[in-house]
Amino acid sequence: MSVQINILDAVKKYGNNTVIEDLTLHIRGGEFFTLLGPSGCGKTTLLRMIAGFNSIEGGDFYFNDTRINDLDPAKRNIGMVFQNYAIFPHLSVRNNVAFGLKERRMPKDQIAKQTDKFMKLMHIDEYADRMPDRLSGGQQQRVALARALCIEPDVLLMDEPLSNLDAKLRVEMRTAIKEIQNSVGITTVYVTHDQEEAMAVSDRIAVMNGGVIQHVGTPKNIYQRPANLFVSTFIGRSNILDGTMRVENGKAVVDLPTGYSAVFDTVAPENLAPQKVKLSARPEELIVQKHGGEGLSAVVDDCVFLGLNTHYFVHLTSGEKAEIIQESTIDSIIEPGTEVRLRLNTEKANLFSEDGERNLLTGVENDLASGK
Amino acid sequence: MMEKQKFEVWSVISWILLAAFLFFMVYPMFGVLQQAVFSPDGHFTLEQFGKFFSTPYYSSTILNSFTVTIAVTVVTLLLGIPFAYFYSFFTLKGSKFLFVTSILCCMSAPFLGAYSWIMLLGRNGIITVFIKNVFGIRLGSIYGFNGILMVQSLKFFPLVFVYMNGAFKSIDNTLIEASANMGCTGVRRFFKVIMQLSMPTILAASLLVFMRAFADFGTPLLIGEGFRTFPVEIYNQYLGENGTNHNFAAAISVIAIVVTALVFFIQKWATNKFNFSISALHPVQKRKPEGIRGLLMYVYCYGLIAAAFLPQLYIIYLSFRNCDQAVFKPGYSLGNYQKAMKKLLVRSINNTVIFGVVSLAIIILFAILIAYLVVRRPKPLNHAIDTLSMLPYIMPGSIIGIALVIAFGKQPFALTGTMAIMVIALVIRRMPYTIRSATATLQGIPISTEEAAISLGASKLKTFFKVTTPMMANGIMSGAILSWVAIVTELSSAIILYNNKTITLTMSTYAAISRGNDGLACAFAAILTVLTALSLILYLGVTKSEDIRL
Repeated sequence: MSVQINILDAVKKYGNNTVIEDLTLHIRGGEFFTLLGPSGCGKTTLLRMIAGFNSIEGGDFYFNDTRINDLDPAKRNIGMVFQNYAIFPHLSVRNNVAFGLKERRMPKDQIAKQTDKFMKLMHIDEYADRMPDRLSGGQQQRVALARALCIEPDVLLMDEPLSNLDAKLRVEMRTAIKEIQNSVGITTVYVTHDQEEAMAVSDRIAVMNGGVIQHVGTPKNIYQRPANLFVSTFIGRSNILDGTMRVENGKAVVDLPTGYSAVFDTVAPENLAPQKVKLSARPEELIVQKHGGEGLSAVVDDCVFLGLNTHYFVHLTSGEKAEIIQESTIDSIIEPGTEVRLRLNTEKANLFSEDGERNLLTGVENDLASGK
Repeated sequence: MMEKQKFEVWSVISWILLAAFLFFMVYPMFGVLQQAVFSPDGHFTLEQFGKFFSTPYYSSTILNSFTVTIAVTVVTLLLGIPFAYFYSFFTLKGSKFLFVTSILCCMSAPFLGAYSWIMLLGRNGIITVFIKNVFGIRLGSIYGFNGILMVQSLKFFPLVFVYMNGAFKSIDNTLIEASANMGCTGVRRFFKVIMQLSMPTILAASLLVFMRAFADFGTPLLIGEGFRTFPVEIYNQYLGENGTNHNFAAAISVIAIVVTALVFFIQKWATNKFNFSISALHPVQKRKPEGIRGLLMYVYCYGLIAAAFLPQLYIIYLSFRNCDQAVFKPGYSLGNYQKAMKKLLVRSINNTVIFGVVSLAIIILFAILIAYLVVRRPKPLNHAIDTLSMLPYIMPGSIIGIALVIAFGKQPFALTGTMAIMVIALVIRRMPYTIRSATATLQGIPISTEEAAISLGASKLKTFFKVTTPMMANGIMSGAILSWVAIVTELSSAIILYNNKTITLTMSTYAAISRGNDGLACAFAAILTVLTALSLILYLGVTKSEDIRL
């Protein structure tokens, strides 16, 4: 029942400026799929091409086997939720939700039933007869979602739906959105620039940059084995260090700054060769050792106690800066100026080719490359 | 395919609008220009312009217009800014009354102010006569420069008030507190902080007053007498009692358009240049007026409103007095109204309402279409239409009247004396204002609301009617009621175009005044004032806000 979206070699141009070139993407039926990327990366453009509000300069868009390129937006049977909610200010909550059903000329009693059902589902039934100007931002967003779902669309498109809400409401609403999507089981494409939000709601995420999809995968996969250096730095924070890979006894040894060398068991066999590499270590993947031992030698610049965790800002004796997060302990405050050693969690850290284009480790799952 | 078809509907509308503008606006204006530079026997000549600038009798009118208009602008600022300051920064009792009444003064028929002051301070005015009989003193003449200055200042200071009130309300209270924190309070703060922050608005308001006062025709016509101003001279040359000269009138018109166009562009340039936006998160806290200062504030505000409004009430009072020709007799009756009934009162009211409704309908239709084309389909053609639609800003009303007579006074388009030509004039006069407010309203509506409707299955045309138009309705309604008032009180173009069949309430009033039939004039004026007041009260009920675009 649920609809797959297949995009083949999509091209978007504004005049002579090509924004998206040959983009191919497969979105599975019923999944919660997120387009994530910095502003200007083309994610909203792509979403609006699916919706039909942006022209398509090349390629094919399919809902299941139906090509939708030339289908009028009104006939694509999509539900859309906009960043600014786009609630009709001149209609009551009930009439906003019922708008699409009226367009479909559904009998009156059925409209009332269907509208009630979705207003209850979104917990807005008590405001049914209010005008939108008397609703809060969160309530308006619920109306927008009810209105989009009420027409039982094939596909639900959401364009940064939470970015106008305050932080607390954002967390509350994303849970609500995820629950609704689960219970309705509708194929959903969600656009956001907030990576935490993306991880919280998505089945799969496509990370975009400069109109190109970098990595398609589950939140866990994208965080732990990012396909390239961009994904590694965009999702979460990463400390990047230059290194050189040697092969010793069939194992990869990476020489890092300050004379520290780390052994990696996870390098993919085809990448096992002497070469320059980039090490990407997340703040929690470096372990501060106050009393010497193996590791990068560094000096603490500052230390911030945040309760659960403590953040350390350090510089290596070779000059690079790094940020470390550690679970707080009783004696976790370290005086600035103290010399420490940083041990690397080689199981979790990632190695990239020198140009940052490829992850050298095993376990990278990029559905983009495999075409799934 | 669908896409292409809809696209063509809007293109066709663009071309129809362009054709309408060319035919009803550009072609008549071209006629004026032609009359200005061609002699009656068809030779190109600049003789008329030479005559204007070389004869002091004529060229002095432009100087007169400038001196009195600049004086009026200064006086309105001096009157309006303190009034707005007291209104915005203090909780005055009856502030709603002050607001409504000042708007009413500003929107009343163009000559009513002048006429009511003549009834009070004119040669046979009640105050003049009273002072002469009791004290034996002859008051100075109210006619000429002083009269125009007084009447126009009292009529236009509400423009400054409304603009400044908007500016004061956008000043954040923290700025006031910050300046107090740095030791700047009271009068010093008023000049160093509040006035500086309001500078763009002061500039905009003064240019607006300048444009209005310069083009004002009704006031100098009645009270100007020997002090001849520009708009009156155009009228006299075209329709005056002694020796009309159409070519000369056309030449003066061209000069007038050049002057107003200059002022208009200075205004546009200045508002762009000096505009900076401050958003008030914490609006100014109004204080209670206290002590002797508070008392003086009340005296000032209510005194000013009384001076501006009481004369008009006096006219209403006079309308119930017995009157034989121009002489008011003791005792009260409805005699003036009975006479008015005989003098086309019903026809005047009918015409006023019909012309108003028809013009307003056309204006609103055009405004919605043009706003949609400009905002949602920005193309060179549509921008050209937008620019064309602003032309009437710089054309004084009497010139529009003359242009229409030139264009449609003869075959094949003989429209003079018909309802059509009156409606065309009214539409041209008021359309730019409604287009501006419609465009601004649509620009404030995010396009995603329309996209939401389309994604829910509504067609593009249906979206336009069911979503776009209703969302614009609020913004357009408020603008439309103001246009309605302006249409009802239209004088300067109507005076050239009206006849016995197409006479309006305003023209009936004017005709009675010019025949010296004061009782009748007062009756007509009273009905006109009540109609205007009711419309404005309706307006304030609809908008509920003080953001008023005049």
